[in-house]
Amino acid sequence: MTAPAADEQAVDGGPVGPDAAPAPTPRRMLAPGRPRIRMLRLREQVPERLRLPLAVISVLLPLLVWTALSSSGAVDPKFLPSPGAVLRALRRLAAGGELWSDTRATLTRVAIGFALVVAISVPLGLAMGTWPLARALFEPMIGLVRYMPAPAFIPLLVIWLGLGETSKIALLVIGTVFFNTLMSADVASQVPAELINVSYTLGAGRWQVIRKVIIPYAVPGLLDAMRVNIAATWNLVVVAELIAAQQGLGYRIVRAQRFLQTDTIFAVLIVIGLIGVAMDVAFRLLRNRLAPWAR
Amino acid sequence: MTVLPKRQMPKLRMIAVTKDYTDAKGKVVRALVNVDLHVEEGELVTLVGASGCGKSTLLSIAAGLVEATDGAVLVDGRHVTGPGPDRGLVFQGYSLYPWRTVAENVGFGLELKGMGRADIASRVAEYLRVMGLSEFAGALPRQLSGGMQQRVAIARALATEPSVLLFDEPFGALDSQTRASMRDFVVKVQADTGATILMVTHDVEEAVYLSNRVYVLTSRPGRVAAELAVPFGPGRERSLLRDQTFRELCWTIDDLLAAGAVSPMDDMAS
Repeated sequence: MTAPAADEQAVDGGPVGPDAAPAPTPRRMLAPGRPRIRMLRLREQVPERLRLPLAVISVLLPLLVWTALSSSGAVDPKFLPSPGAVLRALRRLAAGGELWSDTRATLTRVAIGFALVVAISVPLGLAMGTWPLARALFEPMIGLVRYMPAPAFIPLLVIWLGLGETSKIALLVIGTVFFNTLMSADVASQVPAELINVSYTLGAGRWQVIRKVIIPYAVPGLLDAMRVNIAATWNLVVVAELIAAQQGLGYRIVRAQRFLQTDTIFAVLIVIGLIGVAMDVAFRLLRNRLAPWAR
Repeated sequence: MTVLPKRQMPKLRMIAVTKDYTDAKGKVVRALVNVDLHVEEGELVTLVGASGCGKSTLLSIAAGLVEATDGAVLVDGRHVTGPGPDRGLVFQGYSLYPWRTVAENVGFGLELKGMGRADIASRVAEYLRVMGLSEFAGALPRQLSGGMQQRVAIARALATEPSVLLFDEPFGALDSQTRASMRDFVVKVQADTGATILMVTHDVEEAVYLSNRVYVLTSRPGRVAAELAVPFGPGRERSLLRDQTFRELCWTIDDLLAAGAVSPMDDMAS
């Protein structure tokens, strides 16, 4: 939805893009089919000063559409609450304390679940990326299981582990661990062979190569994989809380549905989205912190 | 085997090295046949050959990274059974540790030896000085140009003071100006350190310019077609490139390569 903003100043035959000086003649030959509006060109970078306005538009536009729709009266507020109603619901949740207790419950589940995922998948992935033997042994099974949708395991998990926390965390692990293992394996296998060989000739043994070459080289890639996969864990935790939870953001949504409180559902969805973005940013910062050499 | 007196012992010796490998169809392919070569102390010896002649494989065998099917590799008279710090390796790709600074890259081999911090620092400083890298000690590899990165790689290989340095097309990824200055650099470093170097290249001029001796390899299977002594002393300069004897030696090697090369038609048939 950002393209119209980019070319709103450009008229056919007029100045090329908002940041180009009006040129009476083309300054250079254009490749065939190359749009005259600069930012519509393939891979054309967005100027830095336009980034923030575009980001604001990206959020504001849907918000405006939402406001217009809900205030027009065309949609029943029971189905589409107004932004104001959602804000009030959010304030109510915060004042009542549910917002904090739910967020804490959900974050705790994700923290435990994802810690387990990392504890299993990173060593296993490193092994698979380092020893083709380990890869040949584990990849067929993991490749198969990862296509089994985690929510389909819920009935089994309830039978095996009951309705408590264990089954919820197990669901998170099942849904994320296989992807993170395969991605970690790819990261480890991308360590250049020359770097490993040169390390041997500098006197490193196999374990030293793993500890001092493969792991440090893999750190940024491993963190990227975690950043991608914690999003999946975060999505799944809401699903996990649909089964017999007493607390949590997912539970809050189910409860709100029972009472047709769509404003509460919207409020919780926004909180879920914001926390997700915060986790993403946190992983990016951690990556820059731990591996400043990788951009 | 006769035991040679110590001072005559070559730093590196490869005896009747043969390498077969099995291709994807299960057919056994001879890559190298009965290759004999030696590198004496303080010598720079090059292996030239067309691509696919197995010269890089030969170097990997010397490094201990690839196992020969038959034959032996001796470093200071000792059998090589795997990679080790007595043979420093420099690849075409810079293969530096991107998270380590220049100084930390150069000191890596010393760290592995368990050398003390202070000793590492002084040894590293010495080799950074030799390689003209002192002011970049704290830089990360990605902040350096290709030629500079390759100098770091050479410094790192030199720092552990190996018996022999193995260069696998070390300037192959560089532009021609950088390449020329790197050659002069190697001439200088070798004069300063007395390093023993075995280098693989496909560039005949580079081989003659840098080395004391040149081994010419034929293609498929690779075998030594000729061993030529280069009649120029140390401290070579670029004017040598226009010397008649220099040019004639290059042409001789070109002819040997052409005679030993697999023709494109054979290539298509195989």
